[in-house]
Amino acid sequence: MCLGVPARVMERSGDAAIVELGGVRREISLMLLDDVSVGEWVIVHAGFAIERLSEEEAEQTLSLLREIADAF
Amino acid sequence: MNCSIRYIDEFRDPATARALIGRIRQDAGDHPARLMEVCGTHTVAIARSGIRPLLSGAVTMVSGPGCPVCVTPDGYIDAAIALGREKGALLASFGDMLRVPGKTSSLEREKGKGLDLRVVYSPLDAVALAAETRSREVVFLGVGFETTAPAIAGAIRTAAQQRVANFSVLSSVRTIPEAMGVLAADPEVRIEGFLCPAHVSAIIGADAYLPVAEAHRIPCVVAGFEPLDILMGISMLVRQIREGAARVENEYTRVATRGGNRKAQELVADVFVPCDTGWRGIGVIRASGLRISERYAAFDAEGKFGVPVVYTPERTACRCGDVLKGKILPGDCPLFGKACVPDEPYGPCMVSSEGTCAAHYRYGAS
Ligand code: SF4
Repeated sequence: MCLGVPARVMERSGDAAIVELGGVRREISLMLLDDVSVGEWVIVHAGFAIERLSEEEAEQTLSLLREIADAF
Repeated sequence: MNCSIRYIDEFRDPATARALIGRIRQDAGDHPARLMEVCGTHTVAIARSGIRPLLSGAVTMVSGPGCPVCVTPDGYIDAAIALGREKGALLASFGDMLRVPGKTSSLEREKGKGLDLRVVYSPLDAVALAAETRSREVVFLGVGFETTAPAIAGAIRTAAQQRVANFSVLSSVRTIPEAMGVLAADPEVRIEGFLCPAHVSAIIGADAYLPVAEAHRIPCVVAGFEPLDILMGISMLVRQIREGAARVENEYTRVATRGGNRKAQELVADVFVPCDTGWRGIGVIRASGLRISERYAAFDAEGKFGVPVVYTPERTACRCGDVLKGKILPGDCPLFGKACVPDEPYGPCMVSSEGTCAAHYRYGAS
């Protein structure tokens, strides 16, 4: 139930935004986040963006995982 | 570039998964670690990806109480049915609530007999439904954990701002760290580490587990929901156990921060206040629930219609309570796969797709 999916903000006006979610466009609320810009990634749950997805942090985790994979 | 699959596929790479499994096995040595995945979404991901058998002998994963639908007591379903039946309210609900058994019936069965219920994707859809249907009282069945609490709070605040007076919420919102504290203290549960939920943590922040980690000397690792996130989270827990540490660590830094989403926390604190609440199969846990605050009392369906949710401990052959506490695996329940299957669930852990029994049944993990 707490599933949330990464989605990219395509348009926004006020607290309403259109995101692309697995190829489908959907209207969601940005009420829970300040200053989200178009192009940013967010996690969407029950029609709300609950948090930003940091591309930088994602890359850091992936490179750590790659290091572990290489070491084994 | 296909944007829609970014940050999912990269966290499913099989070669990296094999390396992580090797690392976990090496670190665990001949001491198999007993870990609990608290969250139902982790339970499903673990069952689906077949992680459990791949780690056998090194790690035992037990499932925790983190399926909101499974821990909603039958008295809640009874109150929801009464709101529709006796008070004539139009009910709006997330789809996975429909088959949860109440004392005598379920929402699905009542819907078949004419109960007016709409399945919605977002609590805001229920506010919109109320705004369109001013002649009817619309009650949203607000069930969930910290991940969903801000969405429910957001809907209540929106209804207040837009003066949608025919909207209210039957709240059954729960908070996870309090339940973890009870499980960590239970000598029958005997777990050595918590794999903490991804999206609950996005809201409350990884630091929210510090009291549990410190009070019970138990390692806590926040992990994402993809297979590599889960394996990395398990690996971090096994390393902590080996070191004798009890830290809070965060694997899911791309979404969850130490402090969490402050704006969501403020909204939740404005709309809700903590209360003691009953968990199906577990009992009443102090300050583990959220009820609607005085300020928004006009949107609290329990008070508005005088239909209280009454918690009574269940008396049934279902062993969900023991499953939810990680004391037994679903396959140890005599009803599993016999009198209790997803099409005809006897107990709530078989109802929701995130229920531990349903996940084990579907993916043959028991
Ligand atoms: S198999 Fe069914 S009856 Fe047994 S614990 Fe699971 S949900 Fe309850």
